[in-house]
Amino acid sequence: MKILVCITHVPDTTSRISFTNGDTEFDKSGVQYIIGPYDDYALARAVELKEQSGGSITVLNVGTAETEPTIRKALAIGADEAIRINAEPTDSLFVASEIANVAKDAGYDLILMGRESIDFNGGMVHGMVGELLGLPSVSPVMTLDIEGDTAKMTREIEGGKETIEVKLPFVAGCQEPIAEWKIPNMRGIMSARTKPLNVVEPSAGASATKLEKFEMPPAKGDVKMIDADNVEELVNLLKNEAKVI
Amino acid sequence: MSILVFVENADGQVKKTSLEAVAYAAAISEDVTALAMGNNIDQSELEGLGKYGATKVLHADDEKLNQGIIQAYATVISKAMESTGADILVLANSSLGAPVSARVAIKNDASLVSNVVALPDTSAGFKVKRSIYTGKAFANVELTKDKKILAIKKNAAEVKETGGAATVEKFAADLSDSEFDAKITNTDKATGEVLLPEAEIVVSGGRGLKGPENWGMIEELAKELGAATGCSKPVSDMEWRPHHEHVGQTGVKVSPQLYIAIGISGAIQHLAGVNSSKNIVVINKDPEAPFFKAADYGIVGDAFEVVPKLTEAIRAAK
Ligand SMILES: Cc1cc2nc3c(=O)[nH]c(=O)nc-3n(C[C@H](O)[C@H](O)[C@H](O)COP(=O)(O)OP(=O)(O)OC[C@H]3O[C@@H](n4cnc5c(N)ncnc54)[C@H](O)[C@@H]3O)c2cc1C
Repeated sequence: MKILVCITHVPDTTSRISFTNGDTEFDKSGVQYIIGPYDDYALARAVELKEQSGGSITVLNVGTAETEPTIRKALAIGADEAIRINAEPTDSLFVASEIANVAKDAGYDLILMGRESIDFNGGMVHGMVGELLGLPSVSPVMTLDIEGDTAKMTREIEGGKETIEVKLPFVAGCQEPIAEWKIPNMRGIMSARTKPLNVVEPSAGASATKLEKFEMPPAKGDVKMIDADNVEELVNLLKNEAKVI
Repeated sequence: MSILVFVENADGQVKKTSLEAVAYAAAISEDVTALAMGNNIDQSELEGLGKYGATKVLHADDEKLNQGIIQAYATVISKAMESTGADILVLANSSLGAPVSARVAIKNDASLVSNVVALPDTSAGFKVKRSIYTGKAFANVELTKDKKILAIKKNAAEVKETGGAATVEKFAADLSDSEFDAKITNTDKATGEVLLPEAEIVVSGGRGLKGPENWGMIEELAKELGAATGCSKPVSDMEWRPHHEHVGQTGVKVSPQLYIAIGISGAIQHLAGVNSSKNIVVINKDPEAPFFKAADYGIVGDAFEVVPKLTEAIRAAK
């Protein structure tokens, strides 16, 4: 089985979010970058599927050279080779067009990625890639098994899940608990250094949106502490001050 | 501006998030057509969409559309956009709306923005504000294509009754079998409960509750408030609670009027899923728990003592 896993390069989940340059740029100073947590789940499942039935895993990232440590980490976790599309991503359409362009004649049986990135939380790339390639797309996928040429999966819905079957090839946006996260071991890290990382120039993919400005939410007021022996006071505040009950 | 709104239903009832989408559209334009799918939805539900501002309802009443097949829905929506001449599509940023909207965007060469939290600014171009970094910030984004799709974040738009009854028309989508390549073979859904992603009030428990056997008091408090129940990630990882209750960065993102966190430390990944809540109450025995920094109201105390008393006080105040 030939699997493509698309990964994002995003600020660590504990990063403090701030902006510079008149609130038009994300402030990267002191920020640690990681593989998007949802993408990490997709990659982990790909590694498990490969362990079960063989095949190959290609990871792909649309990004500038600074994303290469993140890509190497994906190689250390178990991908066989990597593609970096050399561009600063501008929006979901741009990323999806570049992925579709690389994937269109490559014969992947499975295109996996996270349900969304944790920076822009767009949740659109999997559907766009599916549509661009004329393949089914399913998201958010919580479990995924392959039986012959059929994928069996569960998809999260509000308050529950659906069981879905689809013939390969298809595109999935993944989330937990699809697999156990994999932490790269020393052997993985060593072998990742020599695995191929191919840099491809972008195909001048189009954008459909333009970022104008970032904004922080208004600062939070101080917390009002209430004595544990006086829960009536909390009920009173929720009723008359916050007016939520 | 002609707007099409994709309306979802659960067991024949229009979802609240879809009413939010209709109300959002009605706040932008008087020309709002709603589109509903499947044959398991009542005529009165469809006509009732008029109350929230839809002037017309298209009903694709094909039985095959009772289940939310992503590809098929995207095709029906695209055909409805074409037939109504809509330049804007509005829908809920739900587990179905989000993946469907991405396909519709490609089919229609449209600009798509998800997690929209405010009405558009059309004074120069067409700009919307969206939530990013899992609720930790916002971005103002311009939609540069002629056709535009807005996926509205849950609880971000107010449901207002502004209109009367809508006229309902059948909509024949003429779908081919290939639209149904993905088959839904089973649906497993919690029924009769308040659904977490759409809830106005959420009561959540963390590892501080020690075990699944102690969730009775959480459920009781939730019941008293008409709330949904949630939990932190370790709680669902240990299978004390089902996965779909897990709130946070990697779980469900909620934006209720009231979020009550009990025995949850307030790790940044948990906060990321709740920081768009209007009011946050934290109950934790550790006065240094980071969650207090994000809270509006806090009680330092043992959950096992505070929660039953709180439930009682709410009951008494009714
Ligand atoms: C990439 C990544 C993604 C993650 N995503 C998520 C996510 O989406 N959601 C999420 O929740 N976590 C997530 N986490 C985990 C997160 O970092 C924390 O580990 C988790 O939120 C802690 O859960 P908790 O607060 O229930 O447990 P703990 O951290 O163990 O805290 C328990 C709290 O209960 C209090 N307590 C104990 N006993 C009592 C009592 N009797 N009465 C009152 N209070 C009591 C304690 O003082 C403590 O504050 C993620 C982590 C990573 C690395």
